[in-house]
Amino acid sequence: MDIQSSQYVRDEDGQNSCIKLVLNNMPNNVDYMLIPLNTEGKHYQAIQEWVAEGNTIAEAD
Amino acid sequence: MRTKQITQKDGYYMTKAAELAKMGEVITNSQIGGRRNIVINGAMQVAQRATQVTGLGAADGYHTLDRWNMEIGDTSAGRFTMDQIADGPSGFANSLKLTTSTADTSIAAGEFLKLEQRFEGKDLQQLKKGTSDAEKVTVSFYVKGNAAATYTCELEDVDNTRSINQAFSVTTDWTRVILTFAADTSDPLGNDVNNSLQLNIWLHGGATYSGGTFVSNAWKDIVENTRMAESHTSIFDSEARTFFITGVQMEVGSQATPFEHRSFGEELTLCQRYFQSYTDNGSGGGNVTNGTIISDRFYGTFRYQKQMRAIPSSFTTTSGGFNVQSSALSVGSMSIDETFNATIDSVRFRTGSNSNFTGGQGAILRFDTGTIEINSEL
Repeated sequence: MDIQSSQYVRDEDGQNSCIKLVLNNMPNNVDYMLIPLNTEGKHYQAIQEWVAEGNTIAEAD
Repeated sequence: MRTKQITQKDGYYMTKAAELAKMGEVITNSQIGGRRNIVINGAMQVAQRATQVTGLGAADGYHTLDRWNMEIGDTSAGRFTMDQIADGPSGFANSLKLTTSTADTSIAAGEFLKLEQRFEGKDLQQLKKGTSDAEKVTVSFYVKGNAAATYTCELEDVDNTRSINQAFSVTTDWTRVILTFAADTSDPLGNDVNNSLQLNIWLHGGATYSGGTFVSNAWKDIVENTRMAESHTSIFDSEARTFFITGVQMEVGSQATPFEHRSFGEELTLCQRYFQSYTDNGSGGGNVTNGTIISDRFYGTFRYQKQMRAIPSSFTTTSGGFNVQSSALSVGSMSIDETFNATIDSVRFRTGSNSNFTGGQGAILRFDTGTIEINSEL
Protein backbone atom coordinates (compact mmCIF):
# COMPACT_ATOMS: atom_id res chain seq x y z
CA MET A 1 0.00 0.00 0.00
CA ASP A 2 1.18 3.48 -0.86
CA ILE A 3 0.35 5.15 2.46
CA GLN A 4 0.06 8.92 2.64
CA SER A 5 -1.00 9.15 6.30
CA SER A 6 -2.24 6.99 9.14
CA GLN A 7 -3.69 7.88 12.52
CA TYR A 8 -5.31 5.96 15.33
CA VAL A 9 -8.98 6.69 16.11
CA ARG A 10 -10.01 6.66 19.74
CA ASP A 11 -13.40 5.46 21.03
CA GLU A 12 -15.56 7.04 23.73
CA ASP A 13 -13.63 5.12 26.38
CA GLY A 14 -10.32 6.53 25.22
CA GLN A 15 -9.12 3.29 23.63
CA ASN A 16 -7.75 3.04 20.11
CA SER A 17 -10.47 1.37 18.02
CA CYS A 18 -9.28 1.63 14.40
CA ILE A 19 -6.77 3.37 12.13
CA LYS A 20 -7.71 6.13 9.71
CA LEU A 21 -5.67 5.58 6.58
CA VAL A 22 -5.19 7.74 3.49
CA LEU A 23 -3.44 6.31 0.45
CA ASN A 24 -1.66 8.29 -2.24
CA ASN A 25 -3.70 6.46 -4.84
CA MET A 26 -7.18 6.44 -3.31
CA PRO A 27 -9.91 5.59 -5.84
CA ASN A 28 -11.78 8.64 -7.11
CA ASN A 29 -15.04 8.00 -5.32
CA VAL A 30 -13.69 7.65 -1.75
CA ASP A 31 -11.41 9.62 0.56
CA TYR A 32 -10.10 7.46 3.39
CA MET A 33 -10.14 4.02 4.97
CA LEU A 34 -10.94 2.90 8.50
CA ILE A 35 -8.92 -0.19 9.38
CA PRO A 36 -10.01 -2.51 12.23
CA LEU A 37 -7.26 -3.46 14.68
CA ASN A 38 -7.51 -7.06 13.62
CA THR A 39 -4.20 -8.85 13.29
CA GLU A 40 -5.72 -11.20 10.69
CA GLY A 41 -6.87 -8.34 8.45
CA LYS A 42 -4.70 -7.85 5.37
CA HIS A 43 -4.89 -4.05 5.55
CA TYR A 44 -3.83 -4.06 9.21
CA GLN A 45 -1.00 -6.43 8.32
CA ALA A 46 0.11 -4.12 5.49
CA ILE A 47 0.20 -1.19 7.93
CA GLN A 48 2.35 -3.22 10.30
CA GLU A 49 4.76 -3.93 7.43
CA TRP A 50 4.85 -0.19 6.73
CA VAL A 51 5.58 0.46 10.41
CA ALA A 52 8.33 -2.15 10.34
CA GLU A 53 9.97 -0.12 7.58
CA GLY A 54 10.37 2.74 10.05
CA ASN A 55 7.10 4.61 9.63
CA THR A 56 4.81 5.67 12.47
CA ILE A 57 1.06 5.67 13.01
CA ALA A 58 0.07 9.05 14.45
CA GLU A 59 -1.63 9.10 17.83
CA ALA A 60 -5.35 9.85 17.98
CA ASP A 61 -6.50 13.44 18.31
CA MET B 1 -43.27 -49.27 -27.86
CA ARG B 2 -43.21 -45.69 -28.94
CA THR B 3 -42.80 -42.67 -26.69
CA LYS B 4 -44.46 -39.42 -27.49
CA GLN B 5 -42.03 -36.48 -27.54
CA ILE B 6 -43.56 -33.29 -26.16
CA THR B 7 -41.93 -30.54 -28.20
CA GLN B 8 -42.94 -27.68 -30.45
CA LYS B 9 -43.06 -30.32 -33.14
CA ASP B 10 -45.93 -32.12 -31.47
CA GLY B 11 -47.21 -35.09 -33.30
CA TYR B 12 -43.68 -36.34 -33.87
CA TYR B 13 -42.89 -39.71 -32.30
CA MET B 14 -39.36 -40.75 -31.27
CA THR B 15 -37.89 -44.16 -30.84
CA LYS B 16 -36.31 -44.96 -27.50
CA ALA B 17 -32.86 -44.74 -29.08
CA ALA B 18 -33.60 -41.33 -30.49
CA GLU B 19 -34.92 -40.21 -27.14
CA LEU B 20 -31.73 -41.32 -25.38
CA ALA B 21 -29.67 -39.57 -28.04
CA LYS B 22 -31.64 -36.42 -27.37
CA MET B 23 -30.98 -36.75 -23.65
CA GLY B 24 -27.28 -37.05 -24.38
CA GLU B 25 -27.45 -33.87 -26.41
CA VAL B 26 -29.12 -32.10 -23.52
CA ILE B 27 -26.37 -33.23 -21.16
CA THR B 28 -23.71 -32.12 -23.63
CA ASN B 29 -25.37 -28.73 -23.81
CA SER B 30 -25.15 -28.58 -20.00
CA GLN B 31 -28.86 -27.98 -19.73
CA ILE B 32 -28.92 -30.22 -16.68
CA GLY B 33 -26.41 -30.79 -13.93
CA GLY B 34 -25.27 -28.88 -10.86
CA ARG B 35 -23.10 -25.83 -10.55
CA ARG B 36 -19.79 -26.42 -12.27
CA ASN B 37 -17.94 -23.12 -12.42
CA ILE B 38 -15.76 -22.39 -9.39
CA VAL B 39 -14.86 -18.95 -10.76
CA ILE B 40 -16.98 -16.05 -9.56
CA ASN B 41 -17.85 -13.26 -12.00
CA GLY B 42 -16.33 -15.20 -14.88
CA ALA B 43 -18.54 -13.40 -17.39
CA MET B 44 -17.32 -10.04 -16.07
CA GLN B 45 -20.81 -8.85 -15.16
CA VAL B 46 -20.24 -7.29 -11.73
CA ALA B 47 -18.13 -4.15 -11.19
CA GLN B 48 -19.11 -2.64 -7.85
CA ARG B 49 -16.01 -0.44 -7.51
CA ALA B 50 -15.70 1.10 -10.98
CA THR B 51 -15.95 0.21 -14.65
CA GLN B 52 -12.70 1.90 -15.62
CA VAL B 53 -9.54 2.86 -13.74
CA THR B 54 -6.58 4.45 -15.51
CA GLY B 55 -2.93 4.79 -14.55
CA LEU B 56 -2.68 1.43 -12.80
CA GLY B 57 0.59 -0.40 -12.28
CA ALA B 58 1.97 0.98 -9.05
CA ALA B 59 -0.05 -1.04 -6.56
CA ASP B 60 -1.88 -4.35 -6.21
CA GLY B 61 -5.60 -4.32 -5.92
CA TYR B 62 -9.14 -5.01 -6.96
CA HIS B 63 -9.77 -2.01 -9.18
CA THR B 64 -12.81 -2.64 -11.38
CA LEU B 65 -14.43 -6.04 -11.89
CA ASP B 66 -15.27 -7.89 -8.70
CA ARG B 67 -13.05 -10.80 -7.67
CA TRP B 68 -10.39 -9.97 -10.30
CA ASN B 69 -7.20 -8.87 -8.60
CA MET B 70 -4.18 -7.29 -10.27
CA GLU B 71 -1.06 -8.41 -8.43
CA ILE B 72 2.09 -6.42 -9.05
CA GLY B 73 5.63 -7.27 -8.05
CA ASP B 74 8.48 -4.78 -7.88
CA THR B 75 6.73 -1.86 -9.51
CA SER B 76 7.28 -1.59 -13.25
CA ALA B 77 7.35 1.67 -15.16
CA GLY B 78 4.54 0.12 -17.19
CA ARG B 79 1.07 1.50 -16.63
CA PHE B 80 -2.30 0.23 -17.80
CA THR B 81 -6.02 0.89 -17.86
CA MET B 82 -8.48 -1.71 -16.60
CA ASP B 83 -11.99 -1.70 -18.04
CA GLN B 84 -15.22 -3.58 -17.87
CA ILE B 85 -16.12 -3.26 -21.53
CA ALA B 86 -19.17 -4.12 -23.63
CA ASP B 87 -17.35 -6.54 -25.90
CA GLY B 88 -17.27 -10.30 -25.95
CA PRO B 89 -17.76 -13.45 -27.99
CA SER B 90 -21.28 -14.55 -28.85
CA GLY B 91 -23.34 -14.84 -25.68
CA PHE B 92 -21.17 -12.56 -23.55
CA ALA B 93 -22.10 -8.92 -23.02
CA ASN B 94 -18.94 -7.96 -21.15
CA SER B 95 -15.26 -8.62 -20.91
CA LEU B 96 -12.30 -7.40 -18.89
CA LYS B 97 -9.93 -5.28 -20.95
CA LEU B 98 -6.39 -4.28 -20.07
CA THR B 99 -4.71 -1.60 -22.18
CA THR B 100 -1.10 -0.59 -21.80
CA SER B 101 -0.88 3.18 -21.43
CA THR B 102 2.84 3.42 -20.67
CA ALA B 103 5.19 0.81 -22.09
CA ASP B 104 8.12 -0.69 -20.20
CA THR B 105 10.73 -2.56 -22.16
CA SER B 106 13.43 -2.30 -19.51
CA ILE B 107 12.20 -5.07 -17.27
CA ALA B 108 13.78 -5.50 -13.85
CA ALA B 109 14.18 -9.06 -12.63
CA GLY B 110 11.56 -8.92 -9.90
CA GLU B 111 8.78 -7.26 -11.88
CA PHE B 112 5.56 -9.08 -12.61
CA LEU B 113 1.93 -8.40 -13.44
CA LYS B 114 -0.73 -11.04 -12.89
CA LEU B 115 -4.49 -11.05 -13.32
CA GLU B 116 -5.81 -13.44 -10.72
CA GLN B 117 -8.76 -14.85 -8.88
CA ARG B 118 -8.25 -16.21 -5.36
CA PHE B 119 -10.33 -19.06 -3.93
CA GLU B 120 -11.20 -20.07 -0.40
CA GLY B 121 -10.15 -23.57 0.61
CA LYS B 122 -13.75 -24.29 1.62
CA ASP B 123 -14.80 -23.95 -2.00
CA LEU B 124 -12.17 -26.34 -3.35
CA GLN B 125 -12.60 -29.57 -1.40
CA GLN B 126 -14.22 -31.24 -4.45
CA LEU B 127 -10.80 -31.13 -6.15
CA LYS B 128 -9.70 -33.78 -3.62
CA LYS B 129 -6.22 -32.30 -3.86
CA GLY B 130 -3.63 -34.13 -1.84
CA THR B 131 -5.48 -37.45 -1.98
CA SER B 132 -5.15 -40.50 -4.19
CA ASP B 133 -8.51 -39.53 -5.71
CA ALA B 134 -7.33 -36.07 -6.75
CA GLU B 135 -9.21 -34.64 -9.73
CA LYS B 136 -7.99 -32.95 -12.86
CA VAL B 137 -9.09 -29.35 -13.23
CA THR B 138 -10.09 -27.75 -16.51
CA VAL B 139 -9.80 -24.00 -16.99
CA SER B 140 -11.41 -22.34 -19.98
CA PHE B 141 -11.78 -18.73 -21.08
CA TYR B 142 -12.22 -16.52 -24.12
CA VAL B 143 -9.39 -14.13 -25.01
CA LYS B 144 -8.26 -11.75 -27.70
CA GLY B 145 -5.76 -8.92 -28.08
CA ASN B 146 -4.49 -6.32 -30.49
CA ALA B 147 -1.82 -8.74 -31.74
CA ALA B 148 -0.64 -12.28 -31.26
CA ALA B 149 0.74 -12.98 -27.81
CA THR B 150 1.70 -15.82 -25.48
CA TYR B 151 0.90 -15.70 -21.78
CA THR B 152 0.90 -18.25 -18.97
CA CYS B 153 -2.00 -19.62 -16.97
CA GLU B 154 -1.10 -20.95 -13.54
CA LEU B 155 -2.86 -22.69 -10.70
CA GLU B 156 -1.00 -21.64 -7.56
CA ASP B 157 -1.51 -23.71 -4.41
CA VAL B 158 -0.97 -20.99 -1.82
CA ASP B 159 -1.38 -23.36 1.12
CA ASN B 160 1.53 -25.56 0.02
CA THR B 161 3.57 -23.22 -2.22
CA ARG B 162 3.07 -25.37 -5.32
CA SER B 163 2.05 -24.54 -8.86
CA ILE B 164 1.18 -25.94 -12.26
CA ASN B 165 1.49 -23.87 -15.41
CA GLN B 166 0.50 -23.90 -19.06
CA ALA B 167 1.08 -21.40 -21.86
CA PHE B 168 -1.74 -20.16 -24.05
CA SER B 169 -1.98 -18.05 -27.18
CA VAL B 170 -3.93 -14.91 -27.90
CA THR B 171 -4.93 -13.76 -31.36
CA THR B 172 -6.84 -10.77 -32.64
CA ASP B 173 -10.07 -12.79 -32.69
CA TRP B 174 -12.03 -14.14 -29.76
CA THR B 175 -10.75 -17.67 -29.11
CA ARG B 176 -11.74 -20.11 -26.40
CA VAL B 177 -8.69 -21.42 -24.57
CA ILE B 178 -9.13 -24.80 -22.85
CA LEU B 179 -6.44 -26.00 -20.45
CA THR B 180 -6.78 -29.22 -18.48
CA PHE B 181 -4.46 -29.35 -15.49
CA ALA B 182 -3.12 -32.57 -14.00
CA ALA B 183 -4.41 -33.80 -10.66
CA ASP B 184 -2.21 -33.24 -7.62
CA THR B 185 -2.07 -36.12 -5.16
CA SER B 186 0.28 -34.14 -2.90
CA ASP B 187 -0.60 -31.62 -0.25
CA PRO B 188 -4.30 -31.03 0.48
CA LEU B 189 -5.89 -27.59 0.56
CA GLY B 190 -7.09 -26.20 3.86
CA ASN B 191 -10.83 -26.37 4.48
CA ASP B 192 -11.12 -22.75 5.60
CA VAL B 193 -12.02 -19.26 4.43
CA ASN B 194 -8.46 -18.30 3.56
CA ASN B 195 -6.77 -18.02 0.18
CA SER B 196 -5.85 -21.59 -0.73
CA LEU B 197 -5.53 -21.48 -4.49
CA GLN B 198 -5.15 -18.83 -7.15
CA LEU B 199 -5.93 -18.85 -10.85
CA ASN B 200 -3.15 -16.64 -12.20
CA ILE B 201 -2.74 -15.17 -15.67
CA TRP B 202 0.88 -14.04 -16.00
CA LEU B 203 1.02 -11.00 -18.27
CA HIS B 204 4.47 -9.63 -17.54
CA GLY B 205 7.52 -10.73 -15.61
CA GLY B 206 11.23 -10.33 -15.22
CA ALA B 207 14.09 -12.81 -15.09
CA THR B 208 13.16 -13.94 -11.59
CA TYR B 209 10.11 -15.68 -13.08
CA SER B 210 11.52 -17.01 -16.36
CA GLY B 211 14.65 -18.51 -17.80
CA GLY B 212 14.45 -21.83 -15.98
CA THR B 213 13.26 -25.01 -17.63
CA PHE B 214 9.54 -24.52 -18.12
CA VAL B 215 7.65 -27.81 -17.77
CA SER B 216 4.06 -27.56 -18.89
CA ASN B 217 1.24 -29.10 -16.86
CA ALA B 218 3.22 -30.64 -14.01
CA TRP B 219 2.62 -29.86 -10.33
CA LYS B 220 5.77 -28.94 -8.43
CA ASP B 221 6.95 -26.98 -5.45
CA ILE B 222 7.26 -23.47 -6.81
CA VAL B 223 10.49 -22.75 -8.65
CA GLU B 224 10.23 -19.06 -9.38
CA ASN B 225 12.17 -18.99 -12.66
CA THR B 226 9.94 -21.67 -14.21
CA ARG B 227 6.59 -19.95 -13.70
CA MET B 228 6.41 -18.15 -17.06
CA ALA B 229 6.50 -20.02 -20.36
CA GLU B 230 9.25 -19.58 -22.91
CA SER B 231 8.62 -16.89 -25.55
CA HIS B 232 6.32 -15.14 -23.10
CA THR B 233 4.87 -11.81 -24.16
CA SER B 234 5.02 -8.77 -21.90
CA ILE B 235 1.81 -6.79 -21.92
CA PHE B 236 3.99 -3.74 -21.36
CA ASP B 237 5.96 -4.19 -24.59
CA SER B 238 4.07 -1.42 -26.40
CA GLU B 239 1.40 1.15 -25.71
CA ALA B 240 -0.91 -0.42 -28.24
CA ARG B 241 -1.03 -3.73 -26.36
CA THR B 242 -4.48 -4.92 -25.23
CA PHE B 243 -5.74 -8.06 -23.53
CA PHE B 244 -9.41 -9.01 -23.37
CA ILE B 245 -10.81 -11.92 -21.34
CA THR B 246 -14.25 -13.23 -20.41
CA GLY B 247 -16.13 -16.48 -19.90
CA VAL B 248 -13.62 -17.75 -17.37
CA GLN B 249 -14.53 -21.16 -16.00
CA MET B 250 -12.68 -23.55 -13.69
CA GLU B 251 -14.27 -26.93 -13.20
CA VAL B 252 -13.48 -30.36 -11.89
CA GLY B 253 -12.60 -32.95 -14.53
CA SER B 254 -10.84 -33.22 -17.84
CA GLN B 255 -13.63 -31.83 -20.03
CA ALA B 256 -14.43 -28.20 -20.66
CA THR B 257 -18.19 -27.87 -20.58
CA PRO B 258 -20.03 -24.85 -22.00
CA PHE B 259 -19.68 -21.74 -19.87
CA GLU B 260 -22.11 -21.79 -16.97
CA HIS B 261 -24.01 -18.52 -17.26
CA ARG B 262 -25.42 -17.27 -13.97
CA SER B 263 -27.82 -14.40 -13.45
CA PHE B 264 -26.47 -10.99 -12.54
CA GLY B 265 -28.16 -11.29 -9.16
CA GLU B 266 -26.47 -14.58 -8.40
CA GLU B 267 -23.05 -13.24 -9.36
CA LEU B 268 -23.56 -10.06 -7.35
CA THR B 269 -24.49 -12.08 -4.29
CA LEU B 270 -21.40 -14.27 -4.67
CA CYS B 271 -19.21 -11.18 -5.03
CA GLN B 272 -20.72 -9.56 -1.93
CA ARG B 273 -19.13 -12.20 0.28
CA TYR B 274 -15.90 -10.33 -0.46
CA PHE B 275 -16.88 -6.73 -1.15
CA GLN B 276 -19.99 -4.61 -0.60
CA SER B 277 -20.56 -1.01 -1.62
CA TYR B 278 -23.31 1.20 -0.25
CA THR B 279 -24.41 4.62 -1.35
CA ASP B 280 -27.78 6.25 -1.79
CA ASN B 281 -27.31 6.95 -5.46
CA GLY B 282 -26.14 3.52 -6.47
CA SER B 283 -26.52 -0.08 -5.49
CA GLY B 284 -27.17 -0.75 -1.85
CA GLY B 285 -29.05 2.35 -0.81
CA GLY B 286 -27.78 2.03 2.74
CA ASN B 287 -28.93 3.57 5.94
CA VAL B 288 -28.62 2.86 9.64
CA THR B 289 -32.01 3.02 11.30
CA ASN B 290 -31.32 2.02 14.87
CA GLY B 291 -28.91 4.69 15.95
CA THR B 292 -28.62 6.93 18.96
CA ILE B 293 -27.13 10.32 19.64
CA ILE B 294 -24.58 10.02 22.42
CA SER B 295 -23.23 13.37 23.48
CA ASP B 296 -22.61 15.09 20.13
CA ARG B 297 -22.17 12.09 17.82
CA PHE B 298 -24.32 9.49 16.06
CA TYR B 299 -23.73 5.80 16.90
CA GLY B 300 -25.43 2.93 15.13
CA THR B 301 -25.01 -0.68 14.04
CA PHE B 302 -24.97 -1.40 10.32
CA ARG B 303 -25.86 -4.93 9.26
CA TYR B 304 -24.44 -5.95 5.88
CA GLN B 305 -26.72 -7.26 3.14
CA LYS B 306 -24.78 -10.51 3.12
CA GLN B 307 -22.43 -12.18 5.56
CA MET B 308 -18.80 -11.46 4.69
CA ARG B 309 -16.08 -14.05 4.23
CA ALA B 310 -14.22 -12.76 7.29
CA ILE B 311 -14.16 -9.68 9.49
CA PRO B 312 -13.67 -6.88 6.96
CA SER B 313 -10.10 -5.66 6.70
CA SER B 314 -11.14 -2.14 5.68
CA PHE B 315 -14.08 0.24 5.51
CA THR B 316 -13.50 2.86 2.84
CA THR B 317 -15.63 5.98 2.86
CA THR B 318 -16.14 9.57 1.81
CA SER B 319 -15.58 12.83 3.65
CA GLY B 320 -19.15 14.03 4.07
CA GLY B 321 -22.21 12.82 2.24
CA PHE B 322 -24.01 11.30 5.24
CA ASN B 323 -27.10 12.73 6.92
CA VAL B 324 -28.08 12.25 10.56
CA GLN B 325 -31.78 12.62 11.30
CA SER B 326 -33.35 12.66 14.75
CA SER B 327 -36.73 13.83 15.94
CA ALA B 328 -35.19 17.23 16.60
CA LEU B 329 -33.06 17.96 13.56
CA SER B 330 -31.45 16.82 10.35
CA VAL B 331 -27.74 17.40 9.82
CA GLY B 332 -26.09 16.78 6.47
CA SER B 333 -22.50 16.56 5.26
CA MET B 334 -21.58 14.24 8.09
CA SER B 335 -18.74 11.69 7.89
CA ILE B 336 -18.21 8.29 9.45
CA ASP B 337 -15.11 8.76 11.56
CA GLU B 338 -14.97 5.48 13.48
CA THR B 339 -15.84 1.85 12.85
CA PHE B 340 -15.77 -0.60 15.72
CA ASN B 341 -17.08 -3.99 16.85
CA ALA B 342 -16.75 -5.24 13.27
CA THR B 343 -17.90 -8.81 12.70
CA ILE B 344 -18.70 -10.85 9.60
CA ASP B 345 -22.32 -9.66 9.91
CA SER B 346 -22.23 -6.07 11.11
CA VAL B 347 -20.21 -3.07 12.25
CA ARG B 348 -20.87 -0.05 14.45
CA PHE B 349 -20.44 3.40 12.93
CA ARG B 350 -19.73 6.65 14.71
CA THR B 351 -19.99 9.99 12.96
CA GLY B 352 -18.07 13.15 13.56
CA SER B 353 -19.37 15.52 16.23
CA ASN B 354 -21.95 18.25 15.85
CA SER B 355 -22.81 20.68 18.62
CA ASN B 356 -26.48 20.79 17.58
CA PHE B 357 -27.06 17.14 18.49
CA THR B 358 -28.96 16.30 21.68
CA GLY B 359 -27.69 13.26 23.53
CA GLY B 360 -30.14 10.43 24.14
CA GLN B 361 -32.26 10.89 21.03
CA GLY B 362 -32.88 8.06 18.59
CA ALA B 363 -31.60 8.79 15.09
CA ILE B 364 -30.95 7.38 11.68
CA LEU B 365 -27.91 7.73 9.44
CA ARG B 366 -28.82 8.20 5.80
CA PHE B 367 -26.31 7.59 3.04
CA ASP B 368 -26.96 10.57 0.75
CA THR B 369 -23.97 11.00 -1.51
CA GLY B 370 -21.80 9.24 1.02
CA THR B 371 -20.25 5.89 0.23
CA ILE B 372 -19.09 3.06 2.44
CA GLU B 373 -17.18 0.15 0.93
CA ILE B 374 -16.71 -2.98 3.00
CA ASN B 375 -13.78 -5.15 2.04
CA SER B 376 -13.16 -8.76 2.95
CA GLU B 377 -11.27 -9.80 -0.18
CA LEU B 378 -8.74 -12.58 -0.18
